[in-house]
Amino acid sequence: MRLSRSQVLLLVEILTSVVVVAGVWLYTEQNSSFAVARMPDVLQAFEEAWLFERVTSDVLPTMQRLVIGFGIAVLAGVPLGLALGSSPLLRLLTQPAMTLIRSIPAVAMIPPLVILLGVGNGMKIFLVVIVCIWPIVLNTSDGVRQFDSTMRATAQVYGLTRLERLRFVLIPGVQPRVFAGLRTSLALALILVIASEYLAGTDGVGYFVAQAQQSYDVATMWAGILLLGAIGYLLNAVILLFQRRALHWHASEHTEA
Amino acid sequence: MVIMSMHQESPRLAGDVHEEQHESRLVPGPRIAPAPLTQRRWAPVVLGVTGLVTLAVIWEAGVRAEVLPPADIPRPLEVASALGGLLGENDFWTALGQTFIGAGTGLAIATAVALVAGVAMGASEVLRRAFRPTVEFLRPVPGLTLIPLAILLWGPSTGSTIFLVAFGCTWPLLVQTMAGVSSADQVGLMAARSYGLGVFARIRWVIIPSALPYVMTGLRICASIALIVAIGGELIVGTPGVGSMIRQAQQALKLDDMYALVLASGVLGIATTLGFERAERFVLRWRSYGEEGSQ
Repeated sequence: MRLSRSQVLLLVEILTSVVVVAGVWLYTEQNSSFAVARMPDVLQAFEEAWLFERVTSDVLPTMQRLVIGFGIAVLAGVPLGLALGSSPLLRLLTQPAMTLIRSIPAVAMIPPLVILLGVGNGMKIFLVVIVCIWPIVLNTSDGVRQFDSTMRATAQVYGLTRLERLRFVLIPGVQPRVFAGLRTSLALALILVIASEYLAGTDGVGYFVAQAQQSYDVATMWAGILLLGAIGYLLNAVILLFQRRALHWHASEHTEA
Repeated sequence: MVIMSMHQESPRLAGDVHEEQHESRLVPGPRIAPAPLTQRRWAPVVLGVTGLVTLAVIWEAGVRAEVLPPADIPRPLEVASALGGLLGENDFWTALGQTFIGAGTGLAIATAVALVAGVAMGASEVLRRAFRPTVEFLRPVPGLTLIPLAILLWGPSTGSTIFLVAFGCTWPLLVQTMAGVSSADQVGLMAARSYGLGVFARIRWVIIPSALPYVMTGLRICASIALIVAIGGELIVGTPGVGSMIRQAQQALKLDDMYALVLASGVLGIATTLGFERAERFVLRWRSYGEEGSQ
């Protein structure tokens, strides 16, 4: 039986991945040191920590901060973006101030926020909001600005009311851009939650990893890094799935494949 | 009239105004109403400054009225003078240089790795498929998660920053390069081959021109990632640089300095973005106006 081209490619994909994992396995087996842990130890530490002993004590707080912060950023960012996109006056007034705030490297916000809000949940959530809101605002506002003016005019000529135009024309029209902003923001949100837990934490996955590192428990540290990687991967997958469902009518979803 | 009422509703494109003014000069006719406030040439500057000043006034008023805690937030003028003081200090410029070297070296390493791997994976479907799962798994891992590893390997030295930046920047750039190379015009490639162009000539004249816009966009994105990761790494690991200066100011409760440094890092962010935007426009100046580099 001859394999088709796509089957061969799939085989290549699987085999190389197996080789990569095996290579890492062998390398860590022989070179385990103060920074590199043997893979079986990491897996064991992973199982001990995350299945499911520390899920409620560390994973849950991290996800809670992330989801609440991201949620507030979306709820505030989309309307703000719609407003900025439809008012040139507002946009010009806020542009330099916004650019300045947005350009502050996100993590540099942590020290002032620690002074203002302490090291609790409030600080971490506020940090996520104040950083994650900008990609959403900018993408939404750009989406509104670049929105097809013919479509806008047509909707007006057909006598759609303001509210109907917003609901049926503008919001669907800017959705692809909004999603682009959401993806950027979600990746940022994870980075910020982790960084704030490293720097000023009492619980959470970031705190857990930092603790493991400080006590030179390398296997546990790697288990934590592995979990953070998995969380990043899953979040990205979830938002892609969500985007595909919400934008199934949009042309870009069909051409990409 | 219809046109006028529509203009109030929807922002016009900048191009429209010029056309209109142009016409009104050439063709004598009924006077056209002056362009709205927001389309004057001075509007961005004047309105932007107004916005910034308003923000500063709100800040000042907030602190005076004690809506914002005066103990925790210095006034805008105090921060401005602290910023002025910093600009005269050698320590600040040294820290700035250290941050730049860390971020720049990391970005350079990431670029070298991403370009080689990206061109190879973009050109060969077998290679692309072979390493797709690995790349897709490593790509969403936030660069800062590796901070503990960096601490163990390099401690608070520039090595940590370079490592973190290189890891954080490689993936986005690799994906951009790959997309750029595989977007190369297939007909163009075949034509080049029929004309007897060798591999290098084909890379130089067909693949690079189509991949370059993608690579430049990737570089611009990565430059801001590099800055975030570098300053974040300095802040958490304690590597010398602007990040650790912020941390020290916080711990010494020199709040004026801390806010001034945070603002300065914002200006640094703007400068980086602007610099890479200009470089992008310069490198891609041969492209026709209006084409957009893909994300």
